[in-house]
Amino acid sequence: MEVTDALQQFATRMGDNTLILGHRVSEWCGHAPVLEEDIALANTALDLIGQTQFWLGLAAEIQDEGKSADDIAFLRDVWDFRNLLLLELPNDDFGRTLMRQFLFDAWQSIHLPRLALSSDPRVAAIAEKASKEVAYHVERSADTVVGLGDGSAESHKRMQAALDYLWPYVGEIFDTDEVDDVLSEAGIVTHPSSLKGEYYALIERVLTKATLSIPEDPFAHKGGRSGFRHTEHLGHILVEMQWLQRAYPGSKW
Amino acid sequence: MLKHAVSDVWQWLDAVPDPEIPVISLVDLGIIRDVAWDEDVLVVKVTPTYSGCPATTVINLDIENALRERGVKNLRLERQLSPAWTTDWLTDNGRAKLERYGIAPPQAAGGPERCPHCGDTHLERISQFGSTPCKAQWRCKSCLEPFDYFKCI
Repeated sequence: MEVTDALQQFATRMGDNTLILGHRVSEWCGHAPVLEEDIALANTALDLIGQTQFWLGLAAEIQDEGKSADDIAFLRDVWDFRNLLLLELPNDDFGRTLMRQFLFDAWQSIHLPRLALSSDPRVAAIAEKASKEVAYHVERSADTVVGLGDGSAESHKRMQAALDYLWPYVGEIFDTDEVDDVLSEAGIVTHPSSLKGEYYALIERVLTKATLSIPEDPFAHKGGRSGFRHTEHLGHILVEMQWLQRAYPGSKW
Repeated sequence: MLKHAVSDVWQWLDAVPDPEIPVISLVDLGIIRDVAWDEDVLVVKVTPTYSGCPATTVINLDIENALRERGVKNLRLERQLSPAWTTDWLTDNGRAKLERYGIAPPQAAGGPERCPHCGDTHLERISQFGSTPCKAQWRCKSCLEPFDYFKCI
């Protein structure tokens, strides 16, 4: 596999992660339990969509077919998306939304500072920018997971249920392939497998503080990162996210 | 054709208000990274505050309008991501203006130094996120007024 092909695939994965999670989180706008949380969720979604602009913009630049980040976001179908399955799952309640946010923020908070040292200056610049924002995200999502996990009997029950439901989707972060091998060899990315220990140590520390038990079953759903098979939920997101560009191609405002 | 002095261009840009916090200018905010002539094209390099800041598009439009009004014909705006924007680039003038407006300026310690309304130092954080991506919500325990704090990044 050529380095440019791998890099295009990598940028698409990064951008699809933030695009799909950004869309999911934005579904809370106007619905969160308290105003401050509503604002926090909307701000987080905005940061993620902003990071999407950079990553998918880079993917488009490498592709060199005159497409924009918007074209990539709005004119592809399910099978072309490369986001983690974790991020396309429905929000369910506030607890599950924040648990998913924490599991992803924790990964980003470890991954992005490494990418900021990339030998590719474009990757390094995006990662440097995004990691500053992610530092805020993970502080808040970790605090909320601890607050709700170690909270009332009801909030504890819901956070444990959220963790049990989401846990089988965490392992996909480390479902690496040739893309990761080629790029880490070229010094463009840090291989995810080398960050695995650090990631699990971080989430274990926070989840223990939140009085939650980590499920023992190591089974991991896969297929989002590789594009092999998404869950049924992704199509429903795209229907809402893309309908305007599908119904009125090329429309602008 | 007429090439305006770069120092003039900086002055004009210092008169363009930030669309979301109009008491400070784009120069005060530290997001104008460079102004230079590339042959007969004026190149202005702008860095975003936060990746998703919705003001970015408006800011670019405001820069363009302001410079066109001054007679700049050939203009190119470039986005510069690295080095990433930091609140260290806020000018002293900008920090003072923020506080007078009721927004506590960023501090390295990670929280506001004092209440921008009464000056008291007994403060509590309400939320890490505020009305714009760059601000957090705090409250003064003395005068009880809530206020915005410009986050330090």
